[in-house]
Amino acid sequence: MTEKETILKAEARDLSFYYGQAKALKNISLPLYDKKVTALIGPSGCGKSTFLRCFNRMHDLYPNNHYEGEIVLHPDNVNVLSDKVDPIEVRMRISMVFQKPNPFPKSIYENVAYGLRVRGINKKSILDEKVEEALTNAALWNEAKDRLQDLAFNLSGGQQQRLCIARALAIDPEIMLFDEPTSALDPIATASIEELMDELKSRFSILIVTHNMQQAARVSDYTAFLYLGELIEYNETKKIFTNPDRKETEDYITGRFG
Amino acid sequence: MRFTLQEMRTMIARHKRWDHIFGLVGMLCLLLGILTLVVLFGQLLLQGMERLTPEFFTSFPSRRAENAGILSAWVGTVAVMLVTAMTAVPLGVAAAVYLEEYAPRNWMTAIIEINVTNLAGVPSIVYGLLALGLFVYQFGLGQSILSAGLTLALLILPVVIVATREALRAVPGSIREAAYALGATRWQMVSGHVLPYSSAGILTGMIIGLSRAIGETAPIITIGALTFIAFLPNSPVTTDFPFISFKWLMDPFTVMPIQMFNWTSRPEEAFQLNAAAAGVVLLVMTLAMNGLAIWLRYHLRKKIKW
Repeated sequence: MTEKETILKAEARDLSFYYGQAKALKNISLPLYDKKVTALIGPSGCGKSTFLRCFNRMHDLYPNNHYEGEIVLHPDNVNVLSDKVDPIEVRMRISMVFQKPNPFPKSIYENVAYGLRVRGINKKSILDEKVEEALTNAALWNEAKDRLQDLAFNLSGGQQQRLCIARALAIDPEIMLFDEPTSALDPIATASIEELMDELKSRFSILIVTHNMQQAARVSDYTAFLYLGELIEYNETKKIFTNPDRKETEDYITGRFG
Repeated sequence: MRFTLQEMRTMIARHKRWDHIFGLVGMLCLLLGILTLVVLFGQLLLQGMERLTPEFFTSFPSRRAENAGILSAWVGTVAVMLVTAMTAVPLGVAAAVYLEEYAPRNWMTAIIEINVTNLAGVPSIVYGLLALGLFVYQFGLGQSILSAGLTLALLILPVVIVATREALRAVPGSIREAAYALGATRWQMVSGHVLPYSSAGILTGMIIGLSRAIGETAPIITIGALTFIAFLPNSPVTTDFPFISFKWLMDPFTVMPIQMFNWTSRPEEAFQLNAAAAGVVLLVMTLAMNGLAIWLRYHLRKKIKW
């Protein structure tokens, strides 16, 4: 364990997920600690993105999907997968950054402000303040402050992804989900996003899906290895990358398959 | 088996001959269509030229061809198009948004979807008969601008729905997911994102629908448009409170294609010239609307990229 005390923020309990009849996740149990980064690694199609998207009920947008098991948020003990919990409530607490930067075709300012507008906040003074704060925390304020009314797609790819992070930050989430956030970016933009994640984890819990094992090793405190919808191994990142318990994990990490 | 260089070159030359032949045939086919239109338009223009004076636009029809004009016809067309647009667009857009974003994916929806597309192929005279029974007699709207506008709205509703659905579908899923992930409801997502981003396509669909409606004659005749109208509908603006009047909706009317039809059926040569001139005006109106659609699409799309 690391020097500071670790607090449990969320946990998946015996989580299974089905696309129609196909079981994509098999009885996964996994903790998520507050102010820590948890990385999900595994070969393509292993279910890591599927698992991540359970946390903000993204699967509810498409027909014929269903969940079994629980994802419990602490300290209030809400099971986000429960039918009684509105997925919109879940998405207001847990925000997400997608694989490809997906800013709205609106201004930089309106992109960041959108989450607040959805919550009925339309007062300019509040929006101005929150937009600046979010852009600052996403390390984009200096580049964007003179062009807030510019259309978002005029930014570079890396800047667009930081804008998406700012958009997700503005709503002050409890957990932030990153779905391969750097897979569409060049190495320099990737480094700046990774650096940013290191700063952001002091605010909330982060769950990140990554294809890149070096990235998992660099940014995360805990790592989970998924294979064919099953959780093979979960441990501190250092342990997973230096001395994994399972042979499959070792094979994957050393590049023998994947 | 390997060809010699010489064999290869002859073979390529032989194959390329078909390239040239098809290129030529294709160009001829294209020219045939375009030239026909140009010749038709040119002939109309030549014939009608001398009648295209300012008085032509400000005069009512008359028994004397040289005094006759299209005032009541173009005012009628504008009024009917206004009613059509005001009814077909909200109805069509709402129906398309429902089908695309809200409707559950089941057999009911599938049947409705197929039928919407089929409705676009129903002959317009059938809509005329339906409107005669429903709007004119059942609802008692009479042979009015309102009846005609509603009839044409019905006619272009499928066009608006299909075009709107295509425009909505062009908004990528990643944008929808981004809005949902921030806690948006379905309506917040649709009204804040999908509708504004697809407005160019929706407007284009609306204008294409209207430019079809503007030339429709059969259903308008069926519901009983008059061919000789020497007065204008009531003004929408009045001098007394509340300054807006909707009386014009119930007025009898004529429209451009009917005026044309009336003139072409006259025996006197002079009226043929009037018909040609009216044809030019109608064509220009249609082309202008299509031009506007292209311009709108270009300018609205410039601001949108994913």
